[in-house]
Amino acid sequence: MVKILNIKLLRDFVRLWTQALAIALVAAAGVGTMLISVGTYRALIETQQAYYERYDFADIFANIIRAPNRLLDDILAIDGVIRADIRIEKSAILDIPYMKDPASAKIISIPDIGNSSLNRLFVQKGHLPKGDKSNEIAISQAFADAHGFEPGDSFSAIMGGVKRKLTISAIALSPEFIYTVRDGEMFPDDKRFGIIWMRYSDIASAYNLNGAFNYLSVKKDKGASQAAIIKNLDNLLKPYGGTGAYDRSGQSSHSYINAELTGLKAMSFVLPPIFLLVAAFLVNMTLARLIALEREQIGLLKAIGYKSSTIAWHYMKLGLLVANVGIIFGWVFGAYASRLLAQVYAQFFKFPFLLFQDRPDVYLIAAFAALIAAILGSLQAVRATIRLSPAVAMAPPAPPIYRQFFLDRIGLSKYVPQGLIMALRNLSRRPLRAALTTLGISLATGLLIAGLFINDSLEYMIDATYFKADRQQATIISTKPLTPSAMQEIRRLPGVMVAEPFRVIGVKITNGNRQKRTILTGKPKNADLSRIIDLNLEPIILPEYGVAIPEMLASILNVKISDVIEVELLDGSDKKMKLQVSQIMQQFMGLGIYMEIGALNKILGESSLSNGANISFDTNKTDELFSLVKSTPTIAGITLLRKSLQMLRQTFGESIGIMRDVMIALAAIIVFGVVYNSMRIQLSERARELASLRVLGFTKFEVSVILLTEIFILTMLAIPIGFLLGTSWAGLVAYEYQTELFRMPLIIERSTYGLAGLVVFIAMLVSAFIVQRRISGLDLIAVLKTRD
Amino acid sequence: MTNNKKTAFRTENLVKTYGSGETAVHALRGVDLLMPLGEMTVLLGQSGSGKSTLVNILGGLDSATSGKAWFLDKELTALNDKALTNYRRENVGFVFQFYNLVPSLTARENVALVTEISKNPMSPEEALERVGLKNRMNHFPSQLSGGEQQRVAIARAIAKRPNILLCDEPTGALDSKTGIGVLEALVDINSELNTTTLIITHNAEIQRIAHRILFMADGQITDEKINRNPVKPSKVKW
Repeated sequence: MVKILNIKLLRDFVRLWTQALAIALVAAAGVGTMLISVGTYRALIETQQAYYERYDFADIFANIIRAPNRLLDDILAIDGVIRADIRIEKSAILDIPYMKDPASAKIISIPDIGNSSLNRLFVQKGHLPKGDKSNEIAISQAFADAHGFEPGDSFSAIMGGVKRKLTISAIALSPEFIYTVRDGEMFPDDKRFGIIWMRYSDIASAYNLNGAFNYLSVKKDKGASQAAIIKNLDNLLKPYGGTGAYDRSGQSSHSYINAELTGLKAMSFVLPPIFLLVAAFLVNMTLARLIALEREQIGLLKAIGYKSSTIAWHYMKLGLLVANVGIIFGWVFGAYASRLLAQVYAQFFKFPFLLFQDRPDVYLIAAFAALIAAILGSLQAVRATIRLSPAVAMAPPAPPIYRQFFLDRIGLSKYVPQGLIMALRNLSRRPLRAALTTLGISLATGLLIAGLFINDSLEYMIDATYFKADRQQATIISTKPLTPSAMQEIRRLPGVMVAEPFRVIGVKITNGNRQKRTILTGKPKNADLSRIIDLNLEPIILPEYGVAIPEMLASILNVKISDVIEVELLDGSDKKMKLQVSQIMQQFMGLGIYMEIGALNKILGESSLSNGANISFDTNKTDELFSLVKSTPTIAGITLLRKSLQMLRQTFGESIGIMRDVMIALAAIIVFGVVYNSMRIQLSERARELASLRVLGFTKFEVSVILLTEIFILTMLAIPIGFLLGTSWAGLVAYEYQTELFRMPLIIERSTYGLAGLVVFIAMLVSAFIVQRRISGLDLIAVLKTRD
Repeated sequence: MTNNKKTAFRTENLVKTYGSGETAVHALRGVDLLMPLGEMTVLLGQSGSGKSTLVNILGGLDSATSGKAWFLDKELTALNDKALTNYRRENVGFVFQFYNLVPSLTARENVALVTEISKNPMSPEEALERVGLKNRMNHFPSQLSGGEQQRVAIARAIAKRPNILLCDEPTGALDSKTGIGVLEALVDINSELNTTTLIITHNAEIQRIAHRILFMADGQITDEKINRNPVKPSKVKW
């Protein structure tokens, strides 16, 4: 007897296939997004870990001004240190033949023989540099790709004041530079910044660092205390100008990837539940209607002896069948898209390989979640079949009862068109269904906002960073502290109109038992190019005493304006001082603090020295300026901010565009699922009523309007609710992305709300239009014959 | 009634066949009919005799397979869907066996549904007063008895001052006492507003209230009677 019911089940499924498909799509999106986020997350984190392990990514890093190589033995003697790599790291200006503007690079030494012992290079093409003053180098892949460099190509660099022609022998990747940015910058500019690896002797001779190193990487024993090693290292390195060792969280490539991975993980907690929730509610709505329609059949089945549980299970199986179709779609889509996304990520981040494994557990968990959603959705609807007594079920249901509602009570209903009254009364008769439909549509709206706001935040950061704070055209970094007369030389470079000096020094800040290492930058009081901005993006005038600190650091250290913090200089001088927090500033990247350059120099006990200058220049003299910059020995690097901005827009514009399209598609699936099902159910419940209207002379259009009114009202209600939901989700996303190094502001432009509302509205109209076409098929004659 | 009146409906060899081949059902097998304006006509016949099909075609709900039908000078069989909708909207009032009221609207609002889209309607209140339901105006269908619901349906049908009132088994779902009340409302409207009324029924007793009686069987009009002295519905019994 069960077999016959199964035939009914399949026929019901086939008959309701459009509705079933709409629900299955929503469930598929839930399963798919779970596979994508979990699959991509796992692939990236496993690839990252494998890469770190195979290529010995270090655990602890330290910058030193100059330390003798023999210190290595002392470093290795520290308890818990199992390996250490010492090297030289320098910045250099590059002169690339076909490029007018100067690029710069971080030049890193590798041992004279073999590969580095830590942070080993993966040679993608060519061979490691020969050394022996061959001037052979390995370059980072991103940089090579941006220029189309191949092994054998060459360009020049100014190293230690001397221009040298370098020949590329290898294109390489390193676990240290999966995400490559210039120190203190947020976004990559692969055309103007790259990594160059060179044999130790070649670099040491260029920079007069024979027998010395200025950068240290340490691999610790698994069980060893990181904090203890850092403390020991700091003690050991202090006399050599150690600026404080730091762990992976302070390593910019690592911390950026981790922020991205956190975001991906957050996605797996947010997106799939939304879809599954909506799918559950759609299953509920559709089954409830089917059961209402088949009331008499259910009564009959009971009358002839079917058990209530058999009947309940029969209807629940329909919900599960829909979920299964969704699971299969979701699996196929998720398997494809997660692989694709992982590949896109692997390309964006420079991984030498990608570990992507389809693991059955995610598939099973996703399927399980979808089935649970379907069961939860079915339960309430199926309960109705159990409650139904055979005698009651075989009699026609009592006519639906409508009541007066608020418009009637205040006497306004006389002035409202009947179509609207019908819609309002229908809604107030089934408030739960109306609420769930509204919720479904608002979830879609919210999803869009949470997905689209990232562009607004990015634009806000760009505006704050490039147009409010750092308005200089370029930043020049010098190889050694510049005296006022050297500054004058920079001012005299061709085309330079304004040059503002800056001074940088590593510091350790303490407030009570909270501590943080960071960079203290001195800038002129009335700096006009590179400014400090407050939380409202208004420029701050640096006071003669006191420091401006970023909001993030203020909360890490738990300080507010006018609190006093202890600042220890990490230049080997051991100097400590108390400084007042005079301003809280806006800064999205890094924890750097700022003070007036004169005051900083006074503290350092120096006359007016600087580490470089922010400049603006006459663009007519760009060529002249650049060619001079490329051959000035004291200039170690130059950043062209406008060019960086262009690059940034290029890099992120594309991925933000893809993200936007995906979000729109996902939101449209939800809206379609909700609107299509709720309208089909309405049409089924009100077919007789609507056909009667047609008989009475209402045109198809007028009947459609009546049918559309309800969903229109709900959508109009859902959109603002979705705005609220989306705003809080966006807040959550921004919060999830936040790391110590990077903070995403929560900015949602009106245009984003507008776009989200518009997408939802159009998706509603399109779905409604698909249903509306069925009005033509209403059987006018049947209406005359049947009763409710 | 006299024959010099203008003709409301006229048909010529009207045929309606559902399906084709061996399974074809011949609902109408060539109906020729003449119905003068202002008359009350009762169409009598057993279930399956084709009377509903005929009324559906006259009411603009269905199309004929062959043959022609006119309302006044308008050839109904030549109209497309849109024109038929307009025809129904402007000329025809329907009363169904199962009332077909919108459950979410009150009596007054059910009537207003039609007056909103009509050119020269009476007010919903007036229409309801005519069927004796002014005091039940603000009740929902679920709060009205079957007879009351049917009278709302009649009020809804006449509120637009239709030329034609088509009633398909209007008393079919009602007990005789309630049914007679509904017939009274129909007779009053026919005499007061001069609305051409066609009542389909298989209840032979109802023929006594009509001016003209058409008998249908097997898809054809088999007989036609003119009743010179229609009786009041209160005199009818079944």
